[in-house]
Amino acid sequence: MSSARLKSGFAIVAGSLTVLSCANVGGGGAPAKSSTGIWMGSAGPHAVQPLPDKPRFGKPISEADVAAWNIDIRTSDGQGLPAGSGSVSQGQQVYAAKCAACHGADAKGGPVYGTMVGGIGSFKGSPRVLTPGSMYPYAPILFDYIRRSMPMDRPQTLSNDEVYALSAYLLNLNGLVPANAVMNAQSLPQVQMPNRDGFLLDDRPDTQATRCMTNCK
Amino acid sequence: MSSNSRRNFLRNTAALTGGALASSASAAPLQIPQANQEPGRVIDETAYGMPSKFEAHVKRRRTDVFKNRQNLSDWSMTPLQYQPGIITPNGLIFERHHAGTPDIDPKTHKLVIHGMVKQPLEFAMDDLTRYPSVSRFHFHECSGNGLTDWLKPASTTVQQTHGLLSGVLWTGVPASTLLEEAGIDPKGKWVLFEGADSSAHARSIPLEKVLDDTIIAYAMNGEALRPENGYPVRVVIPGWEGNVSVKWLRRMKVGDQPWHLRSETARYTDPMPDGKWRQFSMVMECKSVITSPSGGQKLKGPGFYEITGLAWSGAGKVRAVDISTDGGKTWREAKLEEPIMDKCLTRFKAAWTWDGQPAVLMSRAVDSTGYVQPSVAEIQKKRAIVGFVQHHNAIQPWAINAGGEVRNVIGQA
Repeated sequence: MSSARLKSGFAIVAGSLTVLSCANVGGGGAPAKSSTGIWMGSAGPHAVQPLPDKPRFGKPISEADVAAWNIDIRTSDGQGLPAGSGSVSQGQQVYAAKCAACHGADAKGGPVYGTMVGGIGSFKGSPRVLTPGSMYPYAPILFDYIRRSMPMDRPQTLSNDEVYALSAYLLNLNGLVPANAVMNAQSLPQVQMPNRDGFLLDDRPDTQATRCMTNCK
Repeated sequence: MSSNSRRNFLRNTAALTGGALASSASAAPLQIPQANQEPGRVIDETAYGMPSKFEAHVKRRRTDVFKNRQNLSDWSMTPLQYQPGIITPNGLIFERHHAGTPDIDPKTHKLVIHGMVKQPLEFAMDDLTRYPSVSRFHFHECSGNGLTDWLKPASTTVQQTHGLLSGVLWTGVPASTLLEEAGIDPKGKWVLFEGADSSAHARSIPLEKVLDDTIIAYAMNGEALRPENGYPVRVVIPGWEGNVSVKWLRRMKVGDQPWHLRSETARYTDPMPDGKWRQFSMVMECKSVITSPSGGQKLKGPGFYEITGLAWSGAGKVRAVDISTDGGKTWREAKLEEPIMDKCLTRFKAAWTWDGQPAVLMSRAVDSTGYVQPSVAEIQKKRAIVGFVQHHNAIQPWAINAGGEVRNVIGQA
C-alpha cells in the first residue's frame, strides 16, 4: 500500500463516513478466533493496517532498564516472581499496619471492602462469595495484584518480602497454607487453589434468539 | 345554528379530531425577544467553549443505584437520553477507573514495548504523534453496563441502565505499527497492556486482535484524550469490553501465554450455572436501547412521537433494529440512520402515534453475523444471574402509563 493511498484513506474518514464500512465476512485477514481459541468478534480483513512507510521513532531500551516497570507475574506458573520471601506471621504484621484500615481485622471486611476470607464452595449457590481463596485459580495472582495495586493509598511501595508475607497471610486465613508457611518464588506457585479448574474459555454466542415479528408472546 | 356557534362547533370538532396528531391551541402573538434587543457576549481572547447554561442538567453522574463506599474505584455514566446522533461529547463520556484519575505530563510520559520482541523500545509522546495517524469511530462500553438491572428494575433513567456506553472517534497509531517496529517473536501470542495509574491496571489480549484493529490512541473526538479517559495515551481495542482498553498506557509486553491476572480471573469473568466462570469473554455482543422515550421521561399527551435509540455490536455492524410498542408481542423494523459503521453506535428511529393507552416499548438489534439481541430470559437459560453479572445485552423494556410516564420494567414485561 502506497503512502498516497493511505492518505486518501484518511481523507475518506473525514469526508464520507459510509465509505468507512468494511466487510466482516471473508477476506484473508483476522479470523473469528485467535490461535489460542479466544473469540475476537472480527472475521474479515484487518480493520487497521500497519502503516506502510515504516517510520521508526522507538528508542532502543534494554530489558534491564525496564526492570522497575516489569512487575507482571505470569500467574499460572509464577514466571516473573522476584527473589525474597515472607511468612504468615510477618504478613499478619504488615496487614495490621497497611491493610486493616480498609479490609478490616483478619481480612473479614472493613468499612470500605468486603471479606477476603472464605467463600470456598459457594459458587453453586447464591450469593457467590468472591475472595482470593475462593476465586483465584493461581496463588501468584496475590503477589501480582498486591504489588501492582495495594495498598490503595500507596501502591508499588511494598517490598517484595512484604508482598510475599501478605500473600502467605491471606492464603493462611483461607485455610490454604499452614500457619508456618513461607512464600517465595518457588513455594507460591505450588499452592493448590480450589478454583484452579473453575474457568471455561469464552464459548459465546450462547443465546439463540430469533427475530419473531408477530404473535411473539 | 348561528354563524358564531357554527364557527365554535367547527373549531371544537377540529380540536377533537386533530388533537391526537397536532397541537390545536393557537399560538399567542409574538413579542420581540430580549436577545434581539441587546448585544450578546463578546468573544474572549482565548476560551474553551462550554455548553449553554440552560443545558446544565446534561451531566455525567455516578450510580444512584449501587452504594459505592469509596470513589477511587468508581464509575460515572453518560446521559444517553440527551445525546442525539452517535457521538458522545468528550465531557460526557463515561468514566470507569480503579484508583482515580492521574494527571500525567506528556513531556515525561513513556510507553515501552518489550518481552518477546527483537528489540525492546521506548516511545515518548512526541514520537507517537509523529507517526501517520488513523481515526476510527467505535462504541465504547463497560462490561458492567446494566449490571444493576437484570431481573428487576433498580435504575430509573437510561443514563443509569445503559450509560456505561459512549460513541467516540479515536485517533492514534495502529498498535501493529509499533509492535512490528519492535519485531514480534514468532512464538508471541498475547500482549499485556498496563496503565501508569495507581492501580497499574493490566490485561492480556490475544496478539491477533492487537494486530487486527487495535489503536494506540492519543486523541478522541478531535482533541487530546481527557485525563479521565486516559491522557496522554491509551489503548483502544474496538468492540471489546472497555476494561481491556487500558488507559494511561505505559507498557506493552509480548508473551506466549495470558497472564491470568486478577482482572481476568477474579473479575471480568461471567458466572455460569454449574458454578464455573466464563473467562476471556471480551467481545461486547449486539445490543440496543431506546433512548427516547426512556425511563424518567413524560410524554406530552397522545399523538406523534419518534422512537429513537442506539444499537451496536462488538462482532460487526448493526444490520437491523426492530421495535415493539406492545411489550414484545408484535415488532416492526426501525429505520437505521447512516453512517452504519463496524463496532460503532448506530442510531435507529421509528415513527409512533401514541393512543394514550398504556404501552411497553422495546428494541431488538440484529448484527452482521445474524446474531439477534436476546431477552433476559434467553440469557438466563445459559448463564447464572447471580451477583454483579457483566455482559448484559438483553432487550430493555420501557413502560408508558396512561399519564405518559415512562418507567423501567426490566424483568416485568
